Amino acid sequence: MNIPNSITTLIVGIAVTLISLWYGQHHGLMPVAASADANDVDELFNLMMTIATGLFILIEGALVICLIRFRRKKGDLTDGPAIEGNVPLEILWTAIPTLTVFILAIYSFEIYNKMGGLDPMVSGSGMAMSHHHHHNPSTMENMVAMGVDSQVAIGIGKSMSAGEQEPLVVEVNGLQYAWIFTYPDTGIISGDLHVPVDRPVQLNMKAADVIHAFWLPELRIKQDVMPGQLSQLSFVANREGTYPVICAELCGSYHGGMKTTMTVETAEGYDAWVQSRTVAMQSEENQTVAVNPSDLSDAAFLQAYAEEMGIIKNTLDQIPHGPMTMMSIHQ
Amino acid sequence: MSEATTHHGGDRKWTDYFTFCTDHKVIGIQYLVTSFFFYFIGGALAEMVRTELATPDPDFVSPEVYNQLFTMHGTIMIFLWIVPAGAAFANYLIPLMIGADDMAFPRLNAVAFWMQPVGGILLISSFFVGAPQAGWTSYPPLSLISGKWGEELWILCLLILGTASILGAINFVTTIFKMRIPEMDIHSMPLFCWAMLATSALILLSTPVLAAALILLSFDLMAGTAFFNPTGGGDPIVYQHLFWFYSHPAVYIMVLPFFGVISEVLPVHSRKPIFGYRAIAYSGLAISFLGLIVWAHHMFTSGTPGWLRMFFMATTMLVAVPTGIKIFSWCATLWGGKLQLNSALLFAIGFLSSFLIGGLSGVMLAAAPFDIHVHDTYFVVGHFHYVLFGGSVFALFSAVYHWYPKMTGKMYDEFWGKLHFAMTFVGFNMTFLPMHYLGMQGMNRRIALYDPQFQSLNQVCTIGSYILALSTLPFLVSMVLGLVKGEAAGRNPWRALTLEWQTTSPPSIENFDEVPVLWAGPYDYGIDSESEDAGESVEEMLAEVAEVG
Repeated sequence: MNIPNSITTLIVGIAVTLISLWYGQHHGLMPVAASADANDVDELFNLMMTIATGLFILIEGALVICLIRFRRKKGDLTDGPAIEGNVPLEILWTAIPTLTVFILAIYSFEIYNKMGGLDPMVSGSGMAMSHHHHHNPSTMENMVAMGVDSQVAIGIGKSMSAGEQEPLVVEVNGLQYAWIFTYPDTGIISGDLHVPVDRPVQLNMKAADVIHAFWLPELRIKQDVMPGQLSQLSFVANREGTYPVICAELCGSYHGGMKTTMTVETAEGYDAWVQSRTVAMQSEENQTVAVNPSDLSDAAFLQAYAEEMGIIKNTLDQIPHGPMTMMSIHQ
Repeated sequence: MSEATTHHGGDRKWTDYFTFCTDHKVIGIQYLVTSFFFYFIGGALAEMVRTELATPDPDFVSPEVYNQLFTMHGTIMIFLWIVPAGAAFANYLIPLMIGADDMAFPRLNAVAFWMQPVGGILLISSFFVGAPQAGWTSYPPLSLISGKWGEELWILCLLILGTASILGAINFVTTIFKMRIPEMDIHSMPLFCWAMLATSALILLSTPVLAAALILLSFDLMAGTAFFNPTGGGDPIVYQHLFWFYSHPAVYIMVLPFFGVISEVLPVHSRKPIFGYRAIAYSGLAISFLGLIVWAHHMFTSGTPGWLRMFFMATTMLVAVPTGIKIFSWCATLWGGKLQLNSALLFAIGFLSSFLIGGLSGVMLAAAPFDIHVHDTYFVVGHFHYVLFGGSVFALFSAVYHWYPKMTGKMYDEFWGKLHFAMTFVGFNMTFLPMHYLGMQGMNRRIALYDPQFQSLNQVCTIGSYILALSTLPFLVSMVLGLVKGEAAGRNPWRALTLEWQTTSPPSIENFDEVPVLWAGPYDYGIDSESEDAGESVEEMLAEVAEVG
């Protein structure tokens, strides 16, 4: 009697394992991955999905079997077997989740570390900013770079070390209900983000009014942007395309409309974009008195760039239909 | 038989339920009915939220109103539905389960209850001055700039309900420790009492911190201080720490009492002892302890240093261990039993199957790299509804069906109860399962307008939510039919072994006519029929009790 039982158990076990392994790799729940880090996160998620599928089949299966096999017969008022516990079994099912979460925690830690989550340059001292001035890495320079309101930069992403390619630094300002991107190297100010493919990008982010959260779903990264505090995100996008940029932290009535796009393009494409923006800026300067954007209030600042961002005067009417609801275009 | 008629209605007039009554049973019913009242309000708000989300454009209500709707929905469902509903069963059952005649502090108990309608009315009245719209988390600086009076009423309501919850917890702990009948040691106490012990410990340790956060927030709002306001040099992150120090444990405050309920319902209706009594009892305490040191996982994308995220990732994942022990033990309790598939057991099994999904996605969320992607998205919305609706609400309905005969003296209508279960189960999964996918694909939460590519799945969710709303109709029918023409339940229709079933249904004012005798452990099903030396078997005892009832 025991032998067929254990064979059944074995077959069921193998079947559950195979189904879990297959589904863990083929769930298709995640959007396109546009960076190496995103692939790492997906690997972690696939592992968790595999384990979850196995546990799901096991427990839901047990419940369904109970519902079918162990229904009380009509008129049967006797009790079931008085099994109060089983120490080896209880030790086993304490050990299994303990081991599982131990493995998951270590794996998650690995991925998190790889993504630069523990990078002291980013999460410790705000030093990452000084790489922009790496010819003069003195303490004094760092203090200047850190600015008044950026005691400690918070965020995720590797700080770009001197040997690697120079990162593209973009300053991000979040305000109700728009993202504004400033490229300090070229002076470009834009309502959408353009970055070259395969080049490190470092975002230095601030919020003007309330907390916003900068989310790039295709890169699996998100970071709150706080008023009065600097936060950072670093990434290397490795897949050309246009992806949504979303505000994920409730920031007011039109929170749902606070989105734009990030275009990841070839170095040439990016240069062409820079070129076209620089020309546009020069023609603007001919018409108006040149102003330093940092002297303007946020409202005035936003006003100047509102049109190209599609939020002109009447935000209410524009947001649901305007270009900001643009879907991600996967190439 | 004459006894049953003199105690009909528990010697209570219907008007007693509108008075400052100190009887724990009246207070329990008061809590339960009040919380159901708010459930229907919170549910109506949820339906408006889902109706808005049937289309990508904000066309049903304005975005401001939309933010008010989900803020009020969350607040009502948490503070005026699930938490008081747990307190309802604790108030009604704990003294009966331990053989006491009332709670340790009956007047305090009545005070704690009457704070519920006061807090609730304050909160609802904020609709007249512009309801709060910063979400139930009320993060500054947004909460400081989006409507002053609604926000202030929200703070006042939470302070009142928090105080009530602390008063209740003191009462539960004292009652459990001091008022058990002498034969009942702590390890022969029903598991529901253990669950309330764990819940009360959490309430006492964490709720005062929320009060501190809210009082400081109120100062920022009304007096212009800058504890959390960055424009005055304050730190909004400090608010998040204080808020989540309460509000993460609050999840366990909402779910632990219902873990207790499940541990009561499963053995009775599957006619088997609970599997691993001590494991279930202690794992509740472990959840309670771990619940206090996981709060920053709500802040993985916020201003939290990397090393701190790792600490909270580890502690959060550890919660899976005691929770897993409970789920395995419950399944083992069902396994091999003789299941009576009535509405109470169906809801309990529905709880197991949906709470499992919430638990699995909870472990995923604990992993910081994945959480960073899905934080503040519909994945999280799906997850916590699986925990709080699939967990707490399913178990709450199980509790209602299980103790309905005790509370009313009548049997509910089983057909409508089963229909209620079927509609709830289908509607619930239809509403919340697609949300996981939506979140991963890029749909953020708390938005009145969303990307059109998400429309079809949102429509599935919305239709599911309508089914869920309609499922309350068969529930009400079952309850009302039971009251009007339900059979008399007798003392112990389920042949259960815990003490509350030893007295009349509904119990007399003094609970027990004589001090109850502990003649079996709370879950000793199938035991005495095996060993004959115990003299009178449980079966005979039960037959005797049934005759008297």
